[in-house]
Amino acid sequence: MTDTHTPHRRRWMSILARASAAELRAHLADGPGLPAHAPLRGPEIGLVMLRGRMGGDGAPFNLTETTVTRCTVEMAGRMGHATVLGRDQGQAELAAVLDAALQDPPLGLFTQVVEPLAAAQAQARALTARRAEATRVQFFTLAAMR
Amino acid sequence: MTPGFANPVLGAQSSFRAVLYTLSHPGSIRELKDAPHAPAPLNPAAAALALALCDADTSLWQDGGSAIAEWLRFHTGAPPAPLHEARFLIATGAAPPLASLALGSDEAPQDGATLFLQVAALEAAPGWRLTGPGIEIATDLRVTGLAPGFAAQRAALASLFPRGIDIVLCAGSMIAALPRTTRIEVT
Repeated sequence: MTDTHTPHRRRWMSILARASAAELRAHLADGPGLPAHAPLRGPEIGLVMLRGRMGGDGAPFNLTETTVTRCTVEMAGRMGHATVLGRDQGQAELAAVLDAALQDPPLGLFTQVVEPLAAAQAQARALTARRAEATRVQFFTLAAMR
Repeated sequence: MTPGFANPVLGAQSSFRAVLYTLSHPGSIRELKDAPHAPAPLNPAAAALALALCDADTSLWQDGGSAIAEWLRFHTGAPPAPLHEARFLIATGAAPPLASLALGSDEAPQDGATLFLQVAALEAAPGWRLTGPGIEIATDLRVTGLAPGFAAQRAALASLFPRGIDIVLCAGSMIAALPRTTRIEVT
């Protein structure tokens, strides 16, 4: 039994959760075939409380409730989980199916599905960061001369 | 891991309705539709009751082993608790000593435990004669698979009323309930 709680898995679950159902379907379509899966729970829509920390690293507080959709599937004896923001049940199910498959991936699944999504998401983040950076205002102060 | 209710809302609602009915009409037998298939030795009725009644706020004790513990943790999130504290108990084998369970208090008798007790079979036939609240005259219930001293052990708690425990007998996907106010006469 492989250890499933790895940083590797956290990374791909994070990437899958941020991909839309259309993107997941498109990448799956031209990827390797996956074993059959069976539903275990969901997809079901519910609310979670997002927590923040004061000043980024202080006392925790309740930030807001948000809608999430979760799904758990079983594939070849392994469980795949996904929790995604929003109400897209298809997205949650596809992400769960991929999470199950990636625990023992057929050849090429990683490079055909996860890496392109990771690259696209990194690019989108970089674009947002660049746009935000362009609006940064630099403040200069002059020290009083004696 | 196996799935829970095929339809989570309707499965939970119909199971809750069945438990409500059987507790209100002690000795009546009801079948739980859409009872899920859980790992042995948890039977479908007990599994359905756990899904319908237990969640992250209800402590749960069970004697069926780690496969069942995992199934219940995944589907209900119910925190495990020791025998004398648990709010809900699932006994897949012999009934635990009833006097050791949480009995509630005089101010909060509802804190007494609810025991889902698996048995081999339930029939509306002579065996036990039940009387008490919810029963117009008497109801016959034959339970197969209980140790002989069970009815006496349960009767010993009757003097503690309003404290006590409530029991739901589970056979396959059928249930029958014994609230603490029901009197059993072994015939």
